[in-house]
Amino acid sequence: MTLDDTPQEAAYRAEVRAWIAANAPDFARLSPEERRVWHPRHREVACAWQALKADAGYACIAWPKAWGGAGGTPMQEAIFFQEEARAGVLFPYFMTGLQMLLPALLQFNKDPLSISLVPPAVRGETIWCQLFSEPFSGSDSAAARCSARRDGDDWVLNGQKVWNSGANLSDYGLIVTRTDPDLPKHQGLTVFWVDMKAAGIEVRPIKMMSGESEFDEVFLTDVRVPDAQRVGGLGEGWKVILATLANERAAIGAGRGPSWREIIRLARDTPSGDDSAMQDPVVRDWLADCYVGAEAVRLLGLRSLSNLSRGEPSGFEGTVGKLLWAALSQDISSQALDVLGTYGLIDDPELAALEGVFHQRFMWAPALRLGGGTDEILKNVIAERVLRLPQEPRVDKGVPFKDIPIGS
Amino acid sequence: MEFEYSDEQMALKTEARRFLSEQAPLSDVRRILDGDRRHAEALWSQIGQLGWCGAVIPEAHGGLGLGYVELCALAEELGRALAPTPFSTTIYQFAEAVLAAGSEAQKSALLPQVAQGRLIGAMALSEGPGPLSPGRTQTVCRGGLITGRKAPVVDGDAADFAIVLARDAQGEEGLFLVDLSGAQVKRTPVSSLDPSRGAAILDFDDAVAEPLGAPGPAWPILEAVLDRAAVLVAFEQLGGADRCLEMARDYALQRYTFGRPIGSYQAIKHKLADVYVKNEVARVHCYYAAWALASDAAELPVAAAGARIAASAAYWFASKENIQVHGGIGFTWEADCHLFFRRARHTSLMLGAPAEWKRRLIRQLEIAESAKIDAGDRA
Repeated sequence: MTLDDTPQEAAYRAEVRAWIAANAPDFARLSPEERRVWHPRHREVACAWQALKADAGYACIAWPKAWGGAGGTPMQEAIFFQEEARAGVLFPYFMTGLQMLLPALLQFNKDPLSISLVPPAVRGETIWCQLFSEPFSGSDSAAARCSARRDGDDWVLNGQKVWNSGANLSDYGLIVTRTDPDLPKHQGLTVFWVDMKAAGIEVRPIKMMSGESEFDEVFLTDVRVPDAQRVGGLGEGWKVILATLANERAAIGAGRGPSWREIIRLARDTPSGDDSAMQDPVVRDWLADCYVGAEAVRLLGLRSLSNLSRGEPSGFEGTVGKLLWAALSQDISSQALDVLGTYGLIDDPELAALEGVFHQRFMWAPALRLGGGTDEILKNVIAERVLRLPQEPRVDKGVPFKDIPIGS
Repeated sequence: MEFEYSDEQMALKTEARRFLSEQAPLSDVRRILDGDRRHAEALWSQIGQLGWCGAVIPEAHGGLGLGYVELCALAEELGRALAPTPFSTTIYQFAEAVLAAGSEAQKSALLPQVAQGRLIGAMALSEGPGPLSPGRTQTVCRGGLITGRKAPVVDGDAADFAIVLARDAQGEEGLFLVDLSGAQVKRTPVSSLDPSRGAAILDFDDAVAEPLGAPGPAWPILEAVLDRAAVLVAFEQLGGADRCLEMARDYALQRYTFGRPIGSYQAIKHKLADVYVKNEVARVHCYYAAWALASDAAELPVAAAGARIAASAAYWFASKENIQVHGGIGFTWEADCHLFFRRARHTSLMLGAPAEWKRRLIRQLEIAESAKIDAGDRA
């Protein structure tokens, strides 16, 4: 039971901490508005940072050099993430590609052309998006209807995808299709990668409740995809989906965003009575709960890492962490507004406390509870796969996909 | 980094579970509830013979000199078994206080006895309702004689010695060691939430007392001892919470309503998933605190408070939802659910309520943040 770095890990940490301190991007020249995630200026800074990391051997550290990685260890990669988070330079733009989709692509696709797409993504030159959900396939992620029909050496794709984060900025996408509607639901799925600039792909931004457009819907009309772009075996898409979903939960469950330290800053800066909100017993009691929850998310991450360093597969820490962090993040952002009192109404980043970080999180937190498996789906996962409780009776088991009712 | 029991620690834990499943059945807990025995004397004696009582006591004082993670592993199993012994008072609190502050003479006299399970020690701190806090102690010790009332004292009915919080002749609060066998100590057993863990009111009337170690202020020692005890009790709570989840899961698989197991309904599945999540939160906090305890890390006060808050919450939640899953039968004396329900609250009150630990936690976080000790980014 030790959380201490080994001497090698400590040396590596010191090295990367110094490198980050010397090279980290300076946000001082950006306005508070421009410092918001998904702002084009913010994204430019993040892209430059990614390229700098790749040149220095700090991007996708655990991947082989042939893929654009650094040939290091998962532990080194984790240490680098920790140090990036510590320095406030951990950005979300490449998470979907580098942490969720490309590991699955590399696991299931050995085609040289496909693998050649990976190094530019590592450098931040290309962005990937996930094309899984559909209007009739959300939590029921095996219910994809987007069809892929064989035509010579190609496949022809037709259908609609939705809730695709960053699709309008993306160069490539990983897409789930139905190649055989006569088979039961989970058996007729096949995954491909697609060029988002290919003919027949139309991306329409979706305006989120915050007013921003972080995600899109994607329409596919007779999109031709060579069979070499198939990821995994024909009809074996479900395995690819599961691999990316596990990555997604672990990434969301990593606990990024405002947490108990920001609450302490907020409470110390906010006057209350004769003192600051930090002396308010109600705030202190709530802060204790936040600390216990947020620390648990951090420690679950360490536990997962510890398994990794022992050569054991990660358990359900990512699932538990995602479930916890989504709820806690919503709670933190909402209660932080209470600390501010009526002034909490103001969400202008030029005026709001901590440049509006809690306000932005407040309008984003509902998505955390939905993406990568809703709270409810994750509880089913825990109940069925950890506690081994039976599934609810299902009407879609063993039924040809085309015969499953879909409502209206 | 190794955020897990080592193979050797795991082997010790497995062996402890095997031993306790044979020697500490829930029927023993029940016999204490039904009768007037104070604790499972035979089990206590066996635990002493196995060396568990002296796990972390140095070999020079008759112990095994093992690490604290090993003691945490034993605590988790004792909590899981609901072992009705004075282990948590004697080992986590009394022995820790003697180790931390006792004189060499006191250590030599007491620790070898503790290590063999031949001495039961208790902490006599609380005097009435409300959280334990500096400056409120009424009990006094003057000229080596102590007078006052302590209520409740866990294991006060069975203990041989107690460490008593009292004011000295100058009015300063200190810790005093008292042999409870004298006539100037009156013990009145009290009914408590968890009768499988004894409690008493102790009245001292000029009982002979000596300072624990060199005379000095009580609170720094007491807070350090409470931090250490909080970690070990948190492991007992974790063990109990895990067992509640297993009981509820097993019952949910076996009990049918409307033609299928109740464990197939999302209402039950989601409830048990919630229990699982709280238990995992408690587990990682416990492991973190075990690391801090075993390595005397500066983070111990924060880590101990986190473990105590998380494990108290998890055990309470698991024990009450276990009753809920069992339905009507869960509310009966006959079902075992209430044994855990009782122990859950007993363990979360015995070192001070979680609300008090939240106050401690925030005070510690403020200190850590002010000192710019970034406890959070420690890998």
